[in-house]
Amino acid sequence: MKKIEAIIKPFKLDDVKDALNKIGVNGMTINEVKGFGRQRGHKEIYRGAEYQIDFVPKVKIDVVVDSSLADQVVEAISRSANTGKIGDGKIFVLPVDEAVRIRTGETGESAI
Amino acid sequence: MKTFIISGLLVLISIVGAWAGDETPTVLSNKEAISLVQTHADYVWTLVAAALVFFMQAGFAMVEAGFTRAKNAINIMMKNLMDFSMGSLAYWAIGFGLMFGVSKSGWFGTSGFFLSDFSPGGDPWVLAFWMFQVVFAATAATIVSGAMAERTKFSGYLIYSVFISALIYPIFGSWAWGSLYKGSGWLENLGFIDFAGSTVVHSVGGWAALAGAIVLGPRLGKYAKDGKIKPILGHNMPMAALGVFILWLGWFGFNPGSTTSANKDIAMIFVNTNLAAAAGAVLAMFTSWIKFGKPEVGMSLNGGLAGLVAITSPCASVTPTSAIIIGAAAGVIVVLSVLFFDKIRVDDPVGAISVHGVCGAWGTLAAGIFNIGGTSAKIIGVQLLGIGACFVWTFVGAFILFKLIDLTVGLRVSAEEELEGLDFVEHGGSAYPDFEISHASGIGAMGGQGLLKAETASEKMFRKPVEQI
Repeated sequence: MKKIEAIIKPFKLDDVKDALNKIGVNGMTINEVKGFGRQRGHKEIYRGAEYQIDFVPKVKIDVVVDSSLADQVVEAISRSANTGKIGDGKIFVLPVDEAVRIRTGETGESAI
Repeated sequence: MKTFIISGLLVLISIVGAWAGDETPTVLSNKEAISLVQTHADYVWTLVAAALVFFMQAGFAMVEAGFTRAKNAINIMMKNLMDFSMGSLAYWAIGFGLMFGVSKSGWFGTSGFFLSDFSPGGDPWVLAFWMFQVVFAATAATIVSGAMAERTKFSGYLIYSVFISALIYPIFGSWAWGSLYKGSGWLENLGFIDFAGSTVVHSVGGWAALAGAIVLGPRLGKYAKDGKIKPILGHNMPMAALGVFILWLGWFGFNPGSTTSANKDIAMIFVNTNLAAAAGAVLAMFTSWIKFGKPEVGMSLNGGLAGLVAITSPCASVTPTSAIIIGAAAGVIVVLSVLFFDKIRVDDPVGAISVHGVCGAWGTLAAGIFNIGGTSAKIIGVQLLGIGACFVWTFVGAFILFKLIDLTVGLRVSAEEELEGLDFVEHGGSAYPDFEISHASGIGAMGGQGLLKAETASEKMFRKPVEQI
């Protein structure tokens, strides 16, 4: 099993969700997060004084899938979250040792 | 059946007979009836206007809460609720008598305390007039809350609000407005023009706010050591904007209501009030656009209020075209003034000093310059004298008051308490509990545990449960 963590632009969430549903991913967890990479932050004005926003709002998606599906998931996210502009985000793939469905006690791939 | 109809007709005839009046109307009785209708209309208009001005308290509360951080929102609500409530009682007991009582000296009134001018069964005009005046007193008091937001000790603020409503505001008010009732003030006897209170209400509030902000010092983190200004963002701009709309609406009671009579003058006052506010908002927007590259919302909102404050004094004595010029100038002045006070490090989170103090002074001067009946050096001189007298009396008086509070009960909360947020340390609550994951989430808008030392303010609170009033 693999866990795919993707950090994307917030307004791309619906596109990414639809793309993942299409390839058979039926569940995911998302978080509203903040951060910066090469995009850095941006400047805003409040009552005449400029200030720097270092941490830009992003959405982080966590998906755990069968290892055989991982490449497809990564491909689907990179395609659907891409705008071509700086700040599109990142995808990380991690191994997962075990999964448990709390209600039934199922474990392994049948639990995801 | 027949008798029933006849008796019915007889009743009807007798009613019509009675309705026509036992006596034939005379010119005199008609005149009395007409003047009674006028009197009733005056009561209704004055009290409807008082209700509109009361609603401005909601406007101030929203503006101040919107421009400050979520961790202090309850404190802002409590200050606005209490400066009106405690102020009403103080104005009933002392303020109204000082402002409108019989004044031999021209410096303060000496009768009518505790609303003693009203006796059951007697003329109730004093009640209508008091109601209209108390909401004005509360407006002056509540202006200060915004400039002192996010760092003032609640008990110190309560003491202040009693003193401004009982002493500072009414004594100046008696100089300019005493003769509206039984008093007589030295300033109005010179011909000072301040129809609805650019100086009497707004500058008094603004200069007291200046004194408060200076005695308190800036909020932690507002001004960096290298001289840079670090803005502390307000938590809800739509809320601040709603507050400005409410204030704008309330001003339609504030200015036209100051006729305290239902007459045709209110039309021009209404129009002037609206045009000045509109011009203020537009010009403040353009000023911010030119200066910062974007039409900034906070400055534009302040601009609308600046126009309203400026037209408050001249609203009954200038043409609508002049009102636009007065409001437009206020819109520019307010932006420059906010930047100026930030530069000299007087921290005013909502811009109250600039909006009410500075633009109140400008409006009072403008009442002399644009006077519909012509102007003269003497008129302008008297306006300047009034502006100066207001500044000296209010700023010095409020400065001494705040210093005394600071030396006795304390005016400012501790650094830990300020970081934690006044909602929790002063009121034991949280304005938006559903929007917090936990209370111990570090610094930032929602507060969190104090970071400067091991024992946090919350622990202190639980150890020593009731420290508040």
